Amino acid sequence: MKVLVAVKRVIDYNVKVRVKPDNTGVDLANVKMAMNPFCEIAVEEAVRLKEKGVASEIVVVSIGPKASQEQIRTALALGADRGIHVETDEEVQSLEAAKLLKAVVEKEEPKLVILGKQSIDSDNNQTGQMLAALSGMAQGTFASEVVVEGDKVNVTREVDGGLMTVSLTLPAVVTTDLRLNEPRYASLPNIMKAKKKPLDNMSPADLGVDIAPRLSTLKVEAPASRQAGVKVADVAELVDKLKNEAKVI
Amino acid sequence: MSILVIAEHDNSSLKQATLNVVAAAKAIGGDIDVLVAGESCGAVAEAAAKAEGVNKVLVADNAAYGHFLGENLGELVAEVGKGYSHILAAASTTGKDFMPRVAALLDVAQVSDIMRVESDDTFVRPIYAGNAIATVKSSDSIKVITVRPTAFDPVAAEGGSATVEQLDVVKDAGLSTFVSEELAKSDRPDLGSAGIVVSGGRGMQNGDNFKMLEQVADLMGAAVGASRAAVDAGFVPNDMQVGQTGKIVAPQLYIAVGISGAIQHLAGMSDSKVIVAINKDEEAPIFQVADYGLVADLFEAVPQLEEELKKVL
Repeated sequence: MKVLVAVKRVIDYNVKVRVKPDNTGVDLANVKMAMNPFCEIAVEEAVRLKEKGVASEIVVVSIGPKASQEQIRTALALGADRGIHVETDEEVQSLEAAKLLKAVVEKEEPKLVILGKQSIDSDNNQTGQMLAALSGMAQGTFASEVVVEGDKVNVTREVDGGLMTVSLTLPAVVTTDLRLNEPRYASLPNIMKAKKKPLDNMSPADLGVDIAPRLSTLKVEAPASRQAGVKVADVAELVDKLKNEAKVI
Repeated sequence: MSILVIAEHDNSSLKQATLNVVAAAKAIGGDIDVLVAGESCGAVAEAAAKAEGVNKVLVADNAAYGHFLGENLGELVAEVGKGYSHILAAASTTGKDFMPRVAALLDVAQVSDIMRVESDDTFVRPIYAGNAIATVKSSDSIKVITVRPTAFDPVAAEGGSATVEQLDVVKDAGLSTFVSEELAKSDRPDLGSAGIVVSGGRGMQNGDNFKMLEQVADLMGAAVGASRAAVDAGFVPNDMQVGQTGKIVAPQLYIAVGISGAIQHLAGMSDSKVIVAINKDEEAPIFQVADYGLVADLFEAVPQLEEELKKVL
């Protein structure tokens, strides 16, 4: 079966985020960018499904500026077969991303779509669920285990109370949580091979989708910073301070 | 304006997060209705009707909603919610699962995880793991919003007298079925709403050592949490994770034991009133946010803490 994986180019998770002095956003100039960590887990899961003989082809799609091709090439080096780049320099919000992905799903007709549960920039946690709703598909969000059996997929989900397993009729959408797998690193020969794998380029207009945003960001500020407090000498002093100074116990 | 709040519950009791979300709805202003969707959830509806500020409780009681499957809840809430100006739910794993489906079915954007209401169309929410705070304005006719419960003080659980109305809308998308669940059983308070949280990190070294934290937590009536590192290492289950992608907590007192303080962890607990850090590494970033820091070996400090607490509690 064909598996579609969506990946997003975001600020590298190790980079310290700085708000621009004019409060219009976060400073991304000359900042290291990378594949969103949850998307890496999505790619890895697809590759493992292919290694098990469950997936026959892995198509990776990314929406974003020209540089997003780097993340598509990374996914190709990790084992995806071909790429689709929906190129735009405009801001694409979750609902519009879901509409673009729906159009790609209609063209490609994958049995399974795997996405990260959220991107670490906007922290929205929406696109996978929106895609599933727009395409009339079932969803297994926050997955920690994915088992395909015939025309169903069983997904174990990380929920607030523990774990919950659901059975979804294929085609379906899965969004990945942290413990689904541990992504591998691409080997140098595979990075070289990835450069020759096919990569289609298209625009939102080619897919017939209006990506005008519905939400406008009025300002972006740095959070109120906490001041480092005091060091206490021992446990007795700590308990004394909690009881008599902070009055929290 | 009219606001529909989707109740957070387990079919037998109303979760406190619902009261936090009603508080966010009050901050927006307008009539507030609460939708209780579940199976055999009459007691939940009764509890919701007593909450302060609720006008009407709508009950959708059907097997299709018993396990809160996103496909079915999404269709139900989109249908019931289309007459409202705002639809609100907690940013819990349930709310995060079905609310984006509601937004997509209504062809509107969703505003996730709001921590403040500026006006009926403008909201404040964290981005980049809380390292930036965005003020966003929605131009959609229906605002679909998930609410960070810890950012709003709950309304009173008693004193209201809303009417209760049964709905006979049954939406079964037929796409998914519930198989099983493994829910953590604990007599301790819920991590998301506990007044005191004691959390352990990689420094705990193994799951057995978390018993030390549990003993301290039980003395104080606290919940026990963990960092991602401790969950990834298999010391404790995922439902204990505090952080950007785990649970967001804001207790009166947060005690971080053997936690270095990665930004992803700080994103989940830095709104706590008082933070205590116990770590043997003096340079650990957790000390930069801690009100009280103790540089010590946790295997000596935690048993001492238990003894000292016994003296004063």
